[in-house]
Amino acid sequence: MSYDRAITVFSPDGHLFQVEYAMEAVRRGSTAVGVRGKDCVILAVERRALAKLQDPRTIRKILPIDTDTILAFAGLTADARILINKTRVEAQSYRLTSEDAPSIEYIARYIARTQQKYTQRGGVRPFGVATLLAGFSEGKPVLYQTDPAGTHSSWKAQVIGGRNAKSLREFLEKNYENDMEEGQCVKLAVQALLEVVDSGAKNMEICVVKGSGRHMMEESDIDVVVKDIEREAEEGKMGSAEGDE
Amino acid sequence: MGDSIIGVKFSGGVIIAADQSNARSILVYQSNLDKIPSLTSHSMLGCSGPNADIVNFSEFIAKNLELYRLSNDDMILSPHAQANFARGELAKALRKGPFQVNALLGGYDVKSKEGELYWMDYLGTLQKVNFGAQGYAGYFVLSTMDREWKEGMNEAEALEVVKHGISNLGTRLLLNQPNWLIKVVDEKGVRTIEFGADPADC
Repeated sequence: MSYDRAITVFSPDGHLFQVEYAMEAVRRGSTAVGVRGKDCVILAVERRALAKLQDPRTIRKILPIDTDTILAFAGLTADARILINKTRVEAQSYRLTSEDAPSIEYIARYIARTQQKYTQRGGVRPFGVATLLAGFSEGKPVLYQTDPAGTHSSWKAQVIGGRNAKSLREFLEKNYENDMEEGQCVKLAVQALLEVVDSGAKNMEICVVKGSGRHMMEESDIDVVVKDIEREAEEGKMGSAEGDE
Repeated sequence: MGDSIIGVKFSGGVIIAADQSNARSILVYQSNLDKIPSLTSHSMLGCSGPNADIVNFSEFIAKNLELYRLSNDDMILSPHAQANFARGELAKALRKGPFQVNALLGGYDVKSKEGELYWMDYLGTLQKVNFGAQGYAGYFVLSTMDREWKEGMNEAEALEVVKHGISNLGTRLLLNQPNWLIKVVDEKGVRTIEFGADPADC
């Protein structure tokens, strides 16, 4: 009946408040960091403290879209699930009609287009989700981001979700170097996450995407990186203390 | 009917053989066609029917199975589930725009570690069998396979049964089917045992 009435309408000063509120929902979600290196892309997500009775394996924030493309999201989990399911069907549909894998740009454009559609239709609200897409394009690693407004763009490193996204982005800008090796990328991602995550490796999930395939890092390996970073921080502090004398 | 498909289940896998000719009426379009497309890493569909329908149907089922795998934590559907899904699609299409495909689905079930062979036709018939055939081949080989098939055969013995069937057809079937493609699926996946003409040569 009245499902043709738009929910997302302009305000007098040109804002789409529903979209901005959706972005606020993203900010309330847990943090996801993406770092692009010379031959890899790292996706690292904050695994928020769970209820004691909950099975952590059923909470997934890094999910495959297609064999060579994976996605991490921040925001409303249920909205993300719907968006991811649509995208998976689209990827297989592309493979069926074109007998070729969809490029990661195609997938990013599709997600962005879908998110935009839901800001300009009657009876629906925007997706309260921002996504980080990791994969390879023409042999080179690629990191894409989409947001509730329906924009998509490629990034060298990006962070979505969490209250401190802005300061984390500045941190990444300060410490990012071009053509980093896998180890350096992982370290940068973990350093960024350590700013928001409490107690280290068991509250992080890290996926390494390389041309040959992808794998989730074992908690023990993440632990090594965390300890490394903490050790360097300690030495840095001691070093400056000595310098003061 | 012109396409001959033969399938034999053995202990730990399934062999499917298909002739390689692509022909209509008196014209042979090609003689190196692969009529046994893979559906997943551990299943294949030997198809009989017009080339368009074989390709359309098998790719449609294969992509849907891939979607399932990506959406369900890398789980590959069991051959039983795949066969029932495929049969459902055949049945749905029947009263709209049928897939003129008669098929033998051969797969390896990781849970039971057994091979499984399913016979299905364009009407949506589905039957799990130890051995089967599609096309004219059935008239000739079902009887010999019925005699020769035994529980617990290994791959080599199953291949013997298949080859016996192929040679029978060579003698008794009026249609000339000089090239045969033989594939096997087991715990290692789908692979080609031998072919008469390389399907890769275009």
